[in-house]
Amino acid sequence: MLELRSLTAGYDRRDPVVRDVSLTVAPGESVGLLGPSGCGKSTLARVAALLHRPDRGQVVVDGEPVHGWRHRAPRDRRTAFGVVFQQPRLSADPRLSLAQIVAEPLRATGRAADVPERVPELARTVGLGADLLGRRPHEVSDGQLQRACLARALVLRPRWLICDEMTAMLDASTTAALVAVVEEYRAASGAGLLAVGHDRVLLERWCERTVEWRELTGATGATGGSAAHPAAE
Amino acid sequence: MTGPVPPAGAPAPALSVRGLSVRFRMHGGTHVAAVTDARFDLAAGECLALVGESGCGKSVLASALLGLLPENAETAGAALLGDGTDLLTADERTLARTVRGRRVGLVPQSPAAHLTPVRTVRSQLEETLRELAGVRRPDLRKAAAAAAERASFPLGHLDRYPHELSGGLAQRAATALALIGDAPLLLADEPTTGLDRELVDRTVDELRRHVGDDRALLLITHDLAAAERIADRVAVMYASRVVEIAAADDFFGDAGPRHPYARGLLNALPEREFTPIPGMPPELSALPGGCAFAARCDRADAACGTVPALTGGVPLSTGAGGASTGAVPVSAGAGVACHHPVTAALEAPRA
Repeated sequence: MLELRSLTAGYDRRDPVVRDVSLTVAPGESVGLLGPSGCGKSTLARVAALLHRPDRGQVVVDGEPVHGWRHRAPRDRRTAFGVVFQQPRLSADPRLSLAQIVAEPLRATGRAADVPERVPELARTVGLGADLLGRRPHEVSDGQLQRACLARALVLRPRWLICDEMTAMLDASTTAALVAVVEEYRAASGAGLLAVGHDRVLLERWCERTVEWRELTGATGATGGSAAHPAAE
Repeated sequence: MTGPVPPAGAPAPALSVRGLSVRFRMHGGTHVAAVTDARFDLAAGECLALVGESGCGKSVLASALLGLLPENAETAGAALLGDGTDLLTADERTLARTVRGRRVGLVPQSPAAHLTPVRTVRSQLEETLRELAGVRRPDLRKAAAAAAERASFPLGHLDRYPHELSGGLAQRAATALALIGDAPLLLADEPTTGLDRELVDRTVDELRRHVGDDRALLLITHDLAAAERIADRVAVMYASRVVEIAAADDFFGDAGPRHPYARGLLNALPEREFTPIPGMPPELSALPGGCAFAARCDRADAACGTVPALTGGVPLSTGAGGASTGAVPVSAGAGVACHHPVTAALEAPRA
């Protein structure tokens, strides 16, 4: 269970982007979160992926509340999450080849021995050929780079996937292909998914359940009390 | 499908692309063929959507039309404006002084990056008005406000810097700048990337409105929904070639696309079958000899070893680069470059 409880988060404590938002993703469940540009849904996705510390509220993963974020999160906690961002160019190190990008999480967690087996296997899964694996980001298209980023997100076999506008830059065919890869992985692993986006048609087709950003704020304060006072600190 | 031919005998098209090819010289003498033998016409009052996946060459085509290709690019063919200016052979001075902004307006991809980050929207509008429209000091402020209003940019935000604008507002600021020169041809290169659906709809509707009856819009996009919303015709690009041009009503309607790639692209939409086209597009540096889509196509056979010409519903001008002047009005109206185009409205088993 991935529980986001009354989260308030942002980049300025006086003016949080996310105010008192609650959302629960059950194990193996896929939830699509719909919201307009700039509503704060990406910030929420970052909090859910343990990449951004909320100002208030709690994230509970499989029954255990999260205390550390980013590098302060314990490794087994961090590696339980696979994250795919909207812009592959901004989320891939331009100095690495695609193969190195996919292998990086393995190396970072001391499992470099798995690289020869896992990287080609994942490359096949996401549809990257051997010639592409040797290239660096500037030598491939957005769609090809995003395939590598998805492979990177899956390489540690995460229990939770957070996809933040994963397909916003991609054409229809690549979108359908990447969504199919995510769903295959989930069917095989039982991982849960939080997919954030603004494309209603896509998320409704992709996810078992979709929720609207505006439904989440305030209304479902899980920790009791008056949820409608974001200013009270 | 003999219907989708643009009004013949109309005035000279706003843009007439004839056998346009762009290839890049790379290290070690290799070449990347980014655009191969593109040909289409764009009439005043018309919106042509150029769709295709990322890396198919559509943005290079846009750069070629603005004379913004890098040094290592080699071009062939012609891209004629309504007044006969060839955008491919015009020198930099002509392009800079009379074409960019004045005869070809660009609505850029990622407007936030296109706008100067260190100056306010007002200052950028005023500069453009001064340079392109010759507006001078006392009138400048009013003209900037008018230019902003034209693109529905809220006047209260004129004194903001680009980073203080939302994606939608930055888009409008960029559109306002693109419209100042009153260019008869507007190029919009992925103008809606990263915007949410409502903003996409609003942005493309606004573009369409600006086109009106006397301008032409070339909308380059991977967003099929945006194309469907405003385009009169759709051109599909695959692996550097335009593989199909069709009336938007046919393309998105019951008739459907005729090229198997275009059909696959449409079927990949979540509101349709949501199934990807198998495989990946070929590398532009190593295009196969025949049809570039054959390897992914279930209709491919021996005939696909040769490159299919863009034909169908229009007279075929075989291999003539820019020489097909006689057939200009219709030669690029509609067509498909496939040896085995889909003919039935509903996918019928191949005979």
